Amino acid sequence: MAATVDAIAEIIASTCNLDRATITVDSHIIDDLGVDSLDFLDIAFAIDKRFDIKMPVESWMEDVNAGRASSDDFFIMRNLAARIDDLVAARAAG
Amino acid sequence: MDFESFRLVDALDELSLSPARIAMRGRVPERSTILDAHFPGHPIMPGVLMVEAMAQASGYLLLALTRAGRMPFLAEVREAKLRAFVPPGAELAIAAELEHEGSGYAVTRASIARDGRRVAEAELRFRTVPFPAPELAAQMRAAMVRVGLPDPAEAGA
Repeated sequence: MAATVDAIAEIIASTCNLDRATITVDSHIIDDLGVDSLDFLDIAFAIDKRFDIKMPVESWMEDVNAGRASSDDFFIMRNLAARIDDLVAARAAG
Repeated sequence: MDFESFRLVDALDELSLSPARIAMRGRVPERSTILDAHFPGHPIMPGVLMVEAMAQASGYLLLALTRAGRMPFLAEVREAKLRAFVPPGAELAIAAELEHEGSGYAVTRASIARDGRRVAEAELRFRTVPFPAPELAAQMRAAMVRVGLPDPAEAGA
């Protein structure tokens, strides 16, 4: 997961002109890093391309809006990395 | 094309859903109040309308891919290049291909050519969302039929 966190952090830092050092595994990318919706579109595209996946962001947001999940579950760096790892593993499993 | 009604593509030439790409055409009007002002004595199609033409062709591609199930809204224009003046009456070939379809967004690469020579290009990013109003959905479906795309109602039948 550490490698995934690093990759995501690099993408966010580059997309949002943030100091990479300010991004930790515990950072919430919206609440702590101030990523807005347009920047997140760019981040999602970069992550999808980097990992050859399609992050189900709309489904995640539906879960948050319906109270079935917390935004922390998807947008804290360690949790986002874990979900990306799961998506990569699912793709590899076919 | 009709600048005043913001119709910047006229008709479909070719559509492929896999790989996802579209070729359309549009003729720059001979007369327009926009061309009167842009510029007096030297009328040329405004660059922002060339970008819009590429966005509209991309939008038709995305509408075709979802059978008009979601509305693409232009969110980002990247690496736009306006390579040549486009005068009144010019016949333009407007093309777009899908670069990536994500969750709630899509990315296209689009271009405009005149007489086989590229005059504009850009990477465009769209938010793709459920239609926020039934009137808009109906308007988009009618526009698809008008330019020669498959009727989404029939395509989904």
